[in-house]
Amino acid sequence: MDFITQHPVLVVSLAKIVGLMFVLMTTLAYLSWFERKVIAHIQSRWGPYYVGAHGLLQPLADGVKFLFKEDLTPPGADRFVYILAPMLALTLAMTTLALIPFGPPSVQWLGESTLIVADSSIGLMFVFAITSIGVYGVALAGWSSNSKYPLLGGLRSSAQMISYEVALTLAVVGVVLLSGTLNFNEMIQSQSGYYLHFVPRWNVVPQIVGFLCYFMSAVAETNRAPFDLPEGETELVGGFHTEYSSFKFAMFFMAEYANMITVSCLATILFFGGWLSPFPESWTFMRYLPPVGLLALAVYLAYDTVVLARGIARIQLIVVTAGALVIGLACLHPVVLAIIQGPFWFLLKVGLIMFFYVWTRATLPRLRYDQLMSFGWKFLLPVALANLVITALVKVWPMLVNHG
Amino acid sequence: MTLPFIMFFVCAALAVIGALTLILAREPIHSALALVLVMVSLAVLYLLLGAEFIAAVQIIVYAGAIMVLFVFVIMLLNAGVEERTDYSKLAKFAGLPLGIFLSLALAYWMLESFIGKQIANGLGGTNASVSTRELSAQLFQKYLFPFEATSILILIAILGALVLAKKDE
Repeated sequence: MDFITQHPVLVVSLAKIVGLMFVLMTTLAYLSWFERKVIAHIQSRWGPYYVGAHGLLQPLADGVKFLFKEDLTPPGADRFVYILAPMLALTLAMTTLALIPFGPPSVQWLGESTLIVADSSIGLMFVFAITSIGVYGVALAGWSSNSKYPLLGGLRSSAQMISYEVALTLAVVGVVLLSGTLNFNEMIQSQSGYYLHFVPRWNVVPQIVGFLCYFMSAVAETNRAPFDLPEGETELVGGFHTEYSSFKFAMFFMAEYANMITVSCLATILFFGGWLSPFPESWTFMRYLPPVGLLALAVYLAYDTVVLARGIARIQLIVVTAGALVIGLACLHPVVLAIIQGPFWFLLKVGLIMFFYVWTRATLPRLRYDQLMSFGWKFLLPVALANLVITALVKVWPMLVNHG
Repeated sequence: MTLPFIMFFVCAALAVIGALTLILAREPIHSALALVLVMVSLAVLYLLLGAEFIAAVQIIVYAGAIMVLFVFVIMLLNAGVEERTDYSKLAKFAGLPLGIFLSLALAYWMLESFIGKQIANGLGGTNASVSTRELSAQLFQKYLFPFEATSILILIAILGALVLAKKDE
């Protein structure tokens, strides 16, 4: 106990990192389930169905499958770099999440805010710093495989990521100008308040152009459809990860999902008010949304258990229903209810953006490579730049008028 | 031994190892990666000094932009293993002693300099933590002209590259 009271920062930080890792790993696994289910339903299919109720154990089965597959290294590959590349990709993708605030800094334990691992004064810069080295994972994977298609895929993706990083950063600078800070929590707090007493004063309203530029370049930056040329299977087999098998392939897969999460979190913080509730303080009944939502889910699952499920699936559904019921009831406790508010809204917004991501993938066809490049350099970049200049002018206009 | 102290020596060792690998590696990509390691270790050293902004910019500009282009070009040209010559007898025998002498001389000179003495007396470093706001105020008010001049210099370099790369008509 002495150690904990003497080194609160160390202990709390370690606890936070372990907790975040656990939650993140589970989320990464279940994102693949989410994506497959959503795309399947958009295309009038069922998606994962047989492993567990609603295919809920599919991620587990996939993980086991990846672990037991043969781990191949192509002849002539640069072994060190070949092993380094997936590790680099996954590590960097997960490091960024340490800077994301999942709730207000007022939620504390031992005097340390609990819902953010590293509350840096220039969080945004660090996120960009880490994502900017993320290119190496993909580029090195392509190079070290000693194979044509991965090399082409790696080259394409590094060119694409460098190009779209410019537009991505420029699109965000407008928000930085508006809030006047690089710290995530301060940025979120600067978005509190309401237009007309009920429309939240989020940055997405004045920065709608910036948001659209940000989202489009973010999709390209994470190599997702319709900008997923680095792994365009019709021309490049599997792109940069063609030669990777077993768990190394899974690591690239997880890195891609982790990057999606980061980018969605960033969009939530910068443009959608982060952990702020979209409803005014006076609407106190909205505070009960998380427990009510969970209890509604429990009721639906209970119906599912009784009417539809058979055999083992029924037992699994009983467990999940009980879990939803217990957490939902726990959320009714005033202390838990107060803590759950920030993370609930944050995760809800992130989830909606993730859904949008998947929706885009199911809807839009892939671009051609020259179209992709000219779209980034000749359209997105000028628009983001114009948005930045106009935002700056609006911001300094009062100062200019007062001086003149 | 405090935690920052240990971190300093770990990063310093990583930077030196990276620099040595950069020179000794035969594969261009390995050299480039070693240089990235040097940049990142330097960024952590800046972070230990409390210069967060400089650390982030160091990674974004050097590791994230310049070195990515290096790696990109090496991959694009598919540069082979480096070839070595054995012509210089001077470098073979006098190289290592002279190198050690140079680094010792530099270390002595830094210790004896004004800033070195300040740091040794515990005067420097304590106020190193500067907020981004103060930094940008200095950059855009006091040093505005050098700042803009540097940006034009970089622009000229880009234009020069374009002129050189342009095909003759």
